[in-house]
Amino acid sequence: MAARENRPPAARLALRGITKAYPTVVANDGIDLDVAAGEIHAVLGENGAGKSTLMKIIYGLVEPDAGEIFWEGRPVEIDNPASARKLGIGMVFQHFSLFETLTVADNIALALSPRDAGRRGLRRRIREVSKRYGLPLDPARRVHTMSVGERQRVEIVRCLLQDPRLLILDEPTSVLTPQAVDALFDTLRHLAAEGCSIVYISHKLDEIRALCDRATVLRAGRVTGTCDPRSETASSLARMMIGHDLPRPKHRAARAGADALVVERLDVPADDPFGVPLQNVSLRVRTGEIVGIAGVSGNGQQELLAALSGERAVDAGAVKIDGAAAGALDADARRDLGLAFVPEDRLGRGAVPDMSLAENALLTAHRRGLVRRGFIRGSAVRAYARETIRAYGVKAGGPEAAARSLSGGNLQKFIVGREIRQSPKVMIAAQPTWGVDVGASAQIRQSLLDLRDAGCAVLVVSEDLEELFEICDRLAVIAHGVLSPAIPVQETNAEQIGLLMAGAASAQAGASA
Amino acid sequence: MIRLEARPEPSRLAAWISPLVAAGATVVLGVVLFAALGKNPVAALSAFFVEPIASRYGIGELLLKATPLMLIATGLAIGYRANVWNIGAEGQLTLGAMGAGGIALAFGDSDSALVLPGMLVAGALCGLAWAAIPALLRTRFNANEILTSLMLVYVANLWLSLLVHGAWRDPEGYNFPQSKLFAASALLPNLLPDTRLNIGLIVALVIVAAAWVFVRKSFAGYRMRVAGLAPAAANYAGISADRTVWLGMLIGGACAGLAGAGEAAGPIGQLLPSMSPGYGFAAIIVAFVGRLHPVGIVLASLLMSLLYLGGESAQIRLGLPSAVTGLFQGTLLLFLLAADVFVNFRVRLTRAWIRLST
Repeated sequence: MAARENRPPAARLALRGITKAYPTVVANDGIDLDVAAGEIHAVLGENGAGKSTLMKIIYGLVEPDAGEIFWEGRPVEIDNPASARKLGIGMVFQHFSLFETLTVADNIALALSPRDAGRRGLRRRIREVSKRYGLPLDPARRVHTMSVGERQRVEIVRCLLQDPRLLILDEPTSVLTPQAVDALFDTLRHLAAEGCSIVYISHKLDEIRALCDRATVLRAGRVTGTCDPRSETASSLARMMIGHDLPRPKHRAARAGADALVVERLDVPADDPFGVPLQNVSLRVRTGEIVGIAGVSGNGQQELLAALSGERAVDAGAVKIDGAAAGALDADARRDLGLAFVPEDRLGRGAVPDMSLAENALLTAHRRGLVRRGFIRGSAVRAYARETIRAYGVKAGGPEAAARSLSGGNLQKFIVGREIRQSPKVMIAAQPTWGVDVGASAQIRQSLLDLRDAGCAVLVVSEDLEELFEICDRLAVIAHGVLSPAIPVQETNAEQIGLLMAGAASAQAGASA
Repeated sequence: MIRLEARPEPSRLAAWISPLVAAGATVVLGVVLFAALGKNPVAALSAFFVEPIASRYGIGELLLKATPLMLIATGLAIGYRANVWNIGAEGQLTLGAMGAGGIALAFGDSDSALVLPGMLVAGALCGLAWAAIPALLRTRFNANEILTSLMLVYVANLWLSLLVHGAWRDPEGYNFPQSKLFAASALLPNLLPDTRLNIGLIVALVIVAAAWVFVRKSFAGYRMRVAGLAPAAANYAGISADRTVWLGMLIGGACAGLAGAGEAAGPIGQLLPSMSPGYGFAAIIVAFVGRLHPVGIVLASLLMSLLYLGGESAQIRLGLPSAVTGLFQGTLLLFLLAADVFVNFRVRLTRAWIRLST
């Protein structure tokens, strides 16, 4: 006991020399990290910098090869997430760990100790917490009917219900409106003031500067610096993170041409009681311009995207691609008309997890001469994948690497590259940079701009307003299944769009129509 | 407490070793079983696994019985990879035998060289048509193909029974429920002298090779694999779910029908009320023991064939009941499924939730 009293005041969590090597890469190389009680601590780094591995070690999902973990001054071994939770560590994952067929309340009950999981009381507590922290949730809703943003709310509320003493958040704001981000930050500051420590992983440097007390920057598995983000600039943080200055996308004025994607009076009934029906959606995207659709997730984006991509058939005339009625065609036939689509889910929809990158290239790029007389041209497929990997800087073992072995951002770069390299006439991208690090995001946005300048009509559906304002020429907002008219970005601002997103849509949209 | 924990990356080597472990465990269980029945385990194992193939004739029988198994399992595996669960290959086999038998009986004593090819084609088409019923029910009415294909097995057997008891019964057959013996032109040529092995084996091996090319090299086969591995990605790529079901069912049905034709035109040489000792069901086990892979299926069909032969031998030599064949088949599948659990999961013994080392 005496020895313990001589120590300096213990941090809530301290890591010393954490090292974790995988067969091909050292993910964490001697990492030290201190998180004080009540501190909001940012962990910054590019994809592959080792952030995820480090968080998995803290949460007991991965066992480190070397190093020590101290919890309030005591050395601990965290064998599994249950022991992490028992210590008071909660984590909101970037890729959600929810059971899709269960309700919100069931999913939350699964993570709680049996004592806390009583259903009726639990539903009441879910409503309380979600109300208190501005995260609206219906406990009886099934998760498979929910969008990415709503699922994230479930994860956050699930953690908050366990009264965590250390909360890890991985990219939590990427699916929130500006107003909701402010509300979340208030929540987090409130939690921190109550003594809860927060480890905040994000690529949004402005947010980190607005929210966090301290930042630890990782690059290639090592700590490259610890700083007070409030006294740094976004570009100095970016430099620590990627080792050089951030490329700014070159945005020239659009030279819009003829209509390439036309949506006329599209009505789509909801699939299920919790879905959002699309009502009388009209939209046109011309060659050489990028049109953005902003909106809080769960307002009809999924339904609209499925109707546009061909994953769901609608009235033939409701969707026209390059002049041809395409509403009744399936996704493959629409691609024959020149459509390309980057979906919001990468693993399992945009790519087959258990297949190699080469086989995943074939998924949509087969019309680029990769199939002859019904047979796969193996060398052409590998060449297409190899060229995509090279041109888009995908960090992967090569064309034979399984899609599931790539990090989210790298897989996204591969999917974006695969679609763009088909020289589409119309490109639809949903959440193109969700969960993608800052370097890769800039690259993806630049490639969308280049595609636009090459004469492609680009539609971007995103919940990231910064992104939409950065690359779009015109912006529309979707709320409750109704799409507002698209407004040139010069004539609007984040506050106006944010209000439209929050549901003040009809009045505003009517006025500007 | 014992917990099963998913392995992040199941080893491919382990996936291939697991059938061997299952086969080994089945043998060990056999030893225990024989000992419990008061038989000398060594003699019993020898009677079961060695004596049946100790002669040229035995080898011929091994390959003869492996032929329909590998053929059916190959067809089923294509569907299984695409999550199309055709459980009714036994019925499709029966229909194939009926189709082939119908041609053979219609041609009577004709020595046309077209009889045999006609029988094989008719067999494949009849099996395909029988499999089309569950495919239609699935794609039009979303009826589960596992149930419908299985129920149609019993319907098929009743149809065959009706024919061999009625219209197709041999008028000179002393009222036995069986058709006339087929003419020589309606029988598959022998492959290995002094055995019953016929060229059906060659046909089966060619089809196994073709199936491998289809799955690995053709774009249609690729699309079916995508549909099985990631249905949302298949929809994203515009791969039709209905087309996948149709292809999976029809290929499985055609292969099973061809196997039925091979039985009718091969070792049986006529139509009987039962054309198969459960090859259509055993082939499901063969497909999984063979990891849905052509080479694995060929090896697994030899193993399953040996179990059939061993079961017969055990009946004769040891006086064991015929149920011993089904027992070994079931045991093998059970052990395989159990071994697969350990390929995909690891067991962790957890005593305390957390260890504090202060």
